[in-house]
Amino acid sequence: MNNEQLIINNAVDKAVLADYITMLSDNSMILGHRLSELCGHGPSLETDIALTNISLDLFGQVRMYLQYAAQLKDEETTEDTLAFLRYPNQYRNVLLVEQPNTDFAYIIARQFFFDAYHALLLEELKQSTDETIRAIATKSLKEVSYHQRFSSEWLKRLGDGTDISHEKMQAAVDHLYPYISELCEASPLELEMQATGIGANLAQLKAAYFERVNSVLEEATLTIPENKWTQSGGKKGIHTEHLGYILADFQYMQRVYPGMEW
Amino acid sequence: MQNIAALEQEFESKIERGISIEPKDWMPEKYRKTHIRQISQHAHSEIVGMLPEGNWITRAPSLRRKVALLAKVQDEAGHGLYLYSAAETLGISRDELFEQLHSGKAKYSSIFNYPTLSWADMGAIGWLVDGAAIINQVMLTRTSYGPYARAMVRICKEESFHQRQGYEIMLTLSKGTPEQKQMAQDSLNRWWWPSLMMFGPTDAESTHTAQSMKWKIKLKTNDELRQQFVDITVPQAEILGLTIPDPDLKWNEEREQYDFGAIDWEEFWQVVKGHGPCNKERIAARKNAFEGGAWVREAAIAHAEKKAARTELKKAV
Repeated sequence: MNNEQLIINNAVDKAVLADYITMLSDNSMILGHRLSELCGHGPSLETDIALTNISLDLFGQVRMYLQYAAQLKDEETTEDTLAFLRYPNQYRNVLLVEQPNTDFAYIIARQFFFDAYHALLLEELKQSTDETIRAIATKSLKEVSYHQRFSSEWLKRLGDGTDISHEKMQAAVDHLYPYISELCEASPLELEMQATGIGANLAQLKAAYFERVNSVLEEATLTIPENKWTQSGGKKGIHTEHLGYILADFQYMQRVYPGMEW
Repeated sequence: MQNIAALEQEFESKIERGISIEPKDWMPEKYRKTHIRQISQHAHSEIVGMLPEGNWITRAPSLRRKVALLAKVQDEAGHGLYLYSAAETLGISRDELFEQLHSGKAKYSSIFNYPTLSWADMGAIGWLVDGAAIINQVMLTRTSYGPYARAMVRICKEESFHQRQGYEIMLTLSKGTPEQKQMAQDSLNRWWWPSLMMFGPTDAESTHTAQSMKWKIKLKTNDELRQQFVDITVPQAEILGLTIPDPDLKWNEEREQYDFGAIDWEEFWQVVKGHGPCNKERIAARKNAFEGGAWVREAAIAHAEKKAARTELKKAV
């Protein structure tokens, strides 16, 4: 998206809107980064290519969001300063997306849990009162519908495949399930944006999300974990230990060689 | 039934007339084996080649560069796919080809056994390694085996894009700060000689060249191609303001070509034999991906069988 095409929203506090957009992009960015770690290491060439595709889509979305956020900020802010030059507690992604690539079952479970949310979120954002967000959501939803198809198909293959794959898939689902509630828990910033009609209504999305997730888990012959205890904090900037290592890689060049053109 | 001599004659005549050989055509066993060897070696080079560049995906310096590098490495996976498919038309499975790679029986381009130590290496690999590959590969778009030639047409288009992208990384660095320029020079110093080695042993030492030229698998010799690469690349380095690490490099007025220094063939053979800086890591990474992914591939097959059985059952009811 060219900068000229961006329509700047003047109806709300620009700094708050920029924070919200950056927050939207953080989930895509950290998940995209996790997937990019796998490039060249997939279980088959076909899955390697597909996961890289998803990573590329997510980074494409990140660039659209951050170019918009940068325009709302000051002259010095660019997509790259927003992406690379924040402190760890300034990243607002949910804990789910920073979880490691433990094995292919974890990769699929993480992807599926996020995709199901992501598609519902973008459906909501297509109705945003902010024109640029609407445009980004419309474009992204096409990609995310494919991501969702890919991850749910694999979830079913592994859940209803061999005994080994079933066991691994169940272990990954059990491990990651406590992280998914955070997706639908609105932070103060999200509530504020919802009130202006720009942001999504996460409370409304929650029921549909769990319905979708649980129905695919059932179809995959997997047991839905009991969701008594949940893990959250990412939206407040309190992350798992994993994020520090992600950022050590991600920010490496910008930190070691500050202020240069690449 | 035609006798072998007649089939051979027909085959030779097709090659002579520049008619491509197709999977169902009769071909001498040696032609088939040579192609399996060469196409799979090429496919392996693509997928092992994903690793040194993959090493910098997570550390790319900007979003634009990160996306471009991801897309490039993904293209290499795609090239691997076409090439394995082309090899499969000769009656060998992808799994068998992987086994040959993992056991060390099959070779891949030695250059990928060198480490990527800085971001500039993403530029140098695109510029030099892809540049050298293109010189080899453009010739292969006219090679005698149809599926291989067609795969190469597509691959060449993407490779030249990669090469421009790599050169553009080098150009940005060479116009940058002193640290960036130094990073680019250091990278050229490390990749120059291995890039020249990519064309293989000298003509005198090359065991396959004569037969390969006869069958039009190869249209030029290793030394001819290497010279072509040097002649194209030296002026590009001048534009970058970088120095090629060869004190003997100079323009030869008489030949109208560059003279260049002696290649360290001892190093070349060491790396080919598995003693390069990263041979073990590269093969281990491929083996891990393949063996670690076995349960995933098995599950996909089991699931497809279950699904088919359920459909059959529905039909029966």
